[in-house]
Amino acid sequence: MARFRFRQPSIVPGFGLTFGFTVFYLSLIVLIPIAGLFIKTFELDWASFQRIVTGPRFLAALRLSFGASLLAALFNVVVGVLIAWVLVRYRFFARKLLDAIIDLPFALPTAVAGIALTSLYVPSGWIGQLFSPYGITIAYTPVGIWIALVFIGLPFVVRTVQPVLEDFNREVEEAAATLGAPRRTTILRVVAPPLIPAVLTGFSLAFARAVGEYGSVIFIAGNIPRQTEILPLLIVFRLEEREYAAAAAIAAVMLSVSFLILLTINLIQVWSDRRFGNG
Amino acid sequence: MADVSFDANIAAPAVQSSTDESAPVRIALIALTVFVLALFLVVPLVSIFVQALAMGIGPALSTFRDPEAISAILLTLLVAAIAVPCNLLFGIAAAWAIAKYRFPGRAFLVTLIDLPFSVSPVVAGLVYVLLLGPFTPIGAWLLEDYGVRIIFAVPGVVLATIFVTFPFIARELIPLMQDQGTGDEEAALSLGASGWQTFRHVTLPNVKWALLYGVLLCNARAMGEFGAVAVISGKLRGETVTMPLQIELYYQEFRALAQVSAFSMAAVLAGLALVTLAIKTWLEWRYADQLAATRAGH
Repeated sequence: MARFRFRQPSIVPGFGLTFGFTVFYLSLIVLIPIAGLFIKTFELDWASFQRIVTGPRFLAALRLSFGASLLAALFNVVVGVLIAWVLVRYRFFARKLLDAIIDLPFALPTAVAGIALTSLYVPSGWIGQLFSPYGITIAYTPVGIWIALVFIGLPFVVRTVQPVLEDFNREVEEAAATLGAPRRTTILRVVAPPLIPAVLTGFSLAFARAVGEYGSVIFIAGNIPRQTEILPLLIVFRLEEREYAAAAAIAAVMLSVSFLILLTINLIQVWSDRRFGNG
Repeated sequence: MADVSFDANIAAPAVQSSTDESAPVRIALIALTVFVLALFLVVPLVSIFVQALAMGIGPALSTFRDPEAISAILLTLLVAAIAVPCNLLFGIAAAWAIAKYRFPGRAFLVTLIDLPFSVSPVVAGLVYVLLLGPFTPIGAWLLEDYGVRIIFAVPGVVLATIFVTFPFIARELIPLMQDQGTGDEEAALSLGASGWQTFRHVTLPNVKWALLYGVLLCNARAMGEFGAVAVISGKLRGETVTMPLQIELYYQEFRALAQVSAFSMAAVLAGLALVTLAIKTWLEWRYADQLAATRAGH
């Protein structure tokens, strides 16, 4: 009888130990707790679940979280492609320093970013006072939320587009130019298409991060119900009210969206590998 | 936009008018980049240090004589000292299993390992509260039979931190070890090395810089995590409050001195972030070939 082999034979030892530990630790830390959340949601009957996910406060938070995240991610796409282009193609003073500082939002704790941005954009802050004479307030409004989300999403598009631009074969651009294409046509028809998968991936990552973001947003948001209250904050409130099933229901909706985004990113990767080749 | 100078390209290939932007466009794009990065990154960073020193160096330093601040710093160090080694051990095991063998579902396993990055920090804290909180069967059993509190206590803070920093080291090691293959290990084994010797003397030296890179990023996130820890800690002053939570507590006090304390504590974490970025940049510059190729999305 041919024995079923889970893995292909190898003389390298340690598969059982490392694979076993990986699956055990992954289940213990990530999979079981997340499964528990969905089980908790099923404690609710359908009517209560429906009441939670159609309540005006939930819908307002949903609209705000996804709307602000979408606008922030779109802004990050435009600015991110621009920054990646400038950092890869041009040589200028302090370029290396700028390149290094791009990752600041990854390294800076979100609470630190949150209080720093808030103190800048309140009406008496360095930037807020430039706008307050015109009656424009930024902190404690959706605009403030957008600024925090732009901050934390900034590195994603830059860091996905940058390596693709670096690997880009400039001879193709030269070929387009020698064939008589104006620079604008070369950029739109030759340079841009291979960047699309990277841009989409960067957009999805920035969007996913923004939807779940908490620390940098709550300080600048003002947290007024139905106006400047984001979804993660609503979960925190439900938790403090000991409405555990309601908190779980909101979290389940957010997690499902995260999974969809994750799936989208993977599909983009598969599509781009097939369309543009791997590496 | 430069006009197309077809003849110039043939005569003198050095002139790249058709494959480069004109100087004014170039300068405008560089200026715009510098402006955006200054506005969104540099100004907030500088403002932290300026506000920490708003009342001079004395009040800023007095923050670190507050027993609450000291306890927050010690707790943050303790949490990182537990969470980072746990994820280091996991990262090495996962990378070994995934990179050195071929079995069905490897790609799916990698996706699962990346999962915590796409989960909101608040949800990360919530899943543990729902599983181990004092009102749950497991939580009640641990509390009543053993007197062990996990949620609203230090073990919960550690768990939440492990969750949010879960993928950092594994995702640095997996692509690198996949690229390196098993040739070196097979050579060592065929020369009579034991499995452990092979790992210590062959695999580990091959991945040490990527390992350091992963530990660096994992540690920065572990010390700076806010959302997940905020949900799970209960914010008991002097007990379960980490540095980022202590910043929030100071910030909410609205006294001028408390504001200085909030920004002084923030300045310490901002300093940690800058050191992290500096070492990270140095590693990328010095050992680019020994780090994983993919860089995006932490």
